[in-house]
Amino acid sequence: MEAVFAGLVGLFFAVAIYLMLSGFSIRIMLGIAILGNAVNLLLFTAGRVTREVPPIIPAGADTLSMDAANPLPQALILTAIVISFSFLAFLLVLTYRAYQDLKTDNTGEMRVAEPDERPMPPLGY
Amino acid sequence: MAAPSNTAVDLSAALVTAPVEAGHWLVILPVVLCIGLGAILMMLRDRTAWHGWIAIPGLVLLVLVDAALLHKVATEGPITMVMGRWLPPFGIAFSVDLFGAIMALTAAVVALAGGLYALGEITTSGRRYGFFPFLMLLLAGVSGAFLTGDVFNLYVWFEVLLISSFGLLILGSEREQIDGALKYAVLNLIATTLFLVSVGYLYAIFGTLNMADIAMKARVPGNTAPLMTLAGLFLLAFGMKAAAFPVNFWLPASYHTPRITVSALFAGLLTKVGIYALIRVLVMLFPVERAGLGPITTAVAIATMLAGVLGALGENDLRRLLGYVVISGIGTMLAGVALGSAEGLSGAIFYALHSMVLMTALYLLAGQAARLGGSFSLFALGGLYRQSGWFAGLSLVLFFAACGLPPFSGFWPKVILVKAALDTGAWWLAATILLTGFLTTIVFGRIFLLAYWRSRSEQEDTVAPGPIVWQAGLPILALTALVIGFGLFPEQLLLLTQRAAGGLEDPSAYLRSVFPGGVGVQ
Repeated sequence: MEAVFAGLVGLFFAVAIYLMLSGFSIRIMLGIAILGNAVNLLLFTAGRVTREVPPIIPAGADTLSMDAANPLPQALILTAIVISFSFLAFLLVLTYRAYQDLKTDNTGEMRVAEPDERPMPPLGY
Repeated sequence: MAAPSNTAVDLSAALVTAPVEAGHWLVILPVVLCIGLGAILMMLRDRTAWHGWIAIPGLVLLVLVDAALLHKVATEGPITMVMGRWLPPFGIAFSVDLFGAIMALTAAVVALAGGLYALGEITTSGRRYGFFPFLMLLLAGVSGAFLTGDVFNLYVWFEVLLISSFGLLILGSEREQIDGALKYAVLNLIATTLFLVSVGYLYAIFGTLNMADIAMKARVPGNTAPLMTLAGLFLLAFGMKAAAFPVNFWLPASYHTPRITVSALFAGLLTKVGIYALIRVLVMLFPVERAGLGPITTAVAIATMLAGVLGALGENDLRRLLGYVVISGIGTMLAGVALGSAEGLSGAIFYALHSMVLMTALYLLAGQAARLGGSFSLFALGGLYRQSGWFAGLSLVLFFAACGLPPFSGFWPKVILVKAALDTGAWWLAATILLTGFLTTIVFGRIFLLAYWRSRSEQEDTVAPGPIVWQAGLPILALTALVIGFGLFPEQLLLLTQRAAGGLEDPSAYLRSVFPGGVGVQ
């Protein structure tokens, strides 16, 4: 099962990087959304993927009777999901606003803060 | 099924049974204070006139709390406080050592200066956008990152400061700001995502996220886990946060767009959090892997120093120029990390403290230079010396400190770093630090020549010059006094940074504070 997940995570990362290398901000946003999911799945896999066994130690025993998934990474993923979701929401609004104000979603043309043709620095008095 | 009630379970190994010592509350007080004040300010969003009256005393209080914390840590050693009564490694711990405490105190001082400056600069509409609440929440994130003892918590505090910094960055919603914010937001988000990946691997390898626990487990010899890959990932993630060379381009793209006090706060706080995390993880958790990554870190440090200073030489907008100076400073700190010796580390920590104070002061100064001269551009600025000799003198002090010339604060860390580099035979690193200092001197000499000595050209004025107000003068004066003080009386600070570096090299006191019983619960 882990092998399948590892392959899936790799695929997600590849797609995310491909999208983030694009020159259009909306595709970059999609890439970021997929990247967030890739990382969440990675964390999930790090905590073992097993059958539906609750991590409860039976009465009289000291250890778990069989392998169970570690619940802690799942708790971490919850935090990470909330955070990445809120960031994605912010970024989407920002991208939309940038599209409205800058009239482009091509990152190559977003040169307002760093204009292309700047004069030479002053070379003398 | 629950455990039968007749089995006696000894929880003393996993639970704290003694009440928390009163002094230990200091560990979380900075964060609690910032979040609380941020929430109150947010509730009072319609009464912007009150914001300054709440935020400034709050920041003063924060400085006092951090100072008390530093005093306590300096006298008693590292302190750990655990949440929810669960002992580490199960519970979440806030652990403060000397390194975290001095960084937190300096951050609070810098924020106080920025907050004072904002009183004069942030208009009512800026306050309604939430400048002061964002400032408090930013500080909550920064303090949390400096004080936490848990890697996943570090990630969460990074996100807290990141989202507040987004809010501050687009304060005003100008076109340049939106353009800059998009690049800043995307690249920083990718950096924190990479950090999260490393956290996931860290947990998969060690089964714990407590820093002290990891430090202990990573020191066990014969460890075959792919720690080098992990350390490399951390280096990339934190290097991106700190704006190290190949991944630094978000900084000059965005730091010049917001209000000058926001730029000042960012330059003073954010990149240093990246450096802090880098030092904490690479030096304290993975010393062996840090040594292995040494050549890469050295190359990155050299490239960052040179890229920063050469970028600064080619700029003619004061704010963008200072952005490049921030980058070159990051390179100098990375040089200390690359050396890894206690001396090199203490130099890096000293430089970080100096840089936090100095970069904030320089940005605030640039704001006032623009106020006096009517522009940020070196083309239009001129005659500042004639307008205000005092201001020019103050500027010269800060410029000297930035170049690393004695007797100001930039001198000592550079001396330590150069000496540490020569001691380990890394003459090329020492040479780069000196060359960078020389080029920085040219950068600031150019500013002084063009903006201060050159007579004023009248045609390009965009904004009418105004006088310096006390809200701006006071923080600049205070920060300059700190810069002079660090330079003239460095002994105390040197001692502190040396002890902090020693505590990172040999974290046994840190481990003892987390696991008072000697060894952690395995």
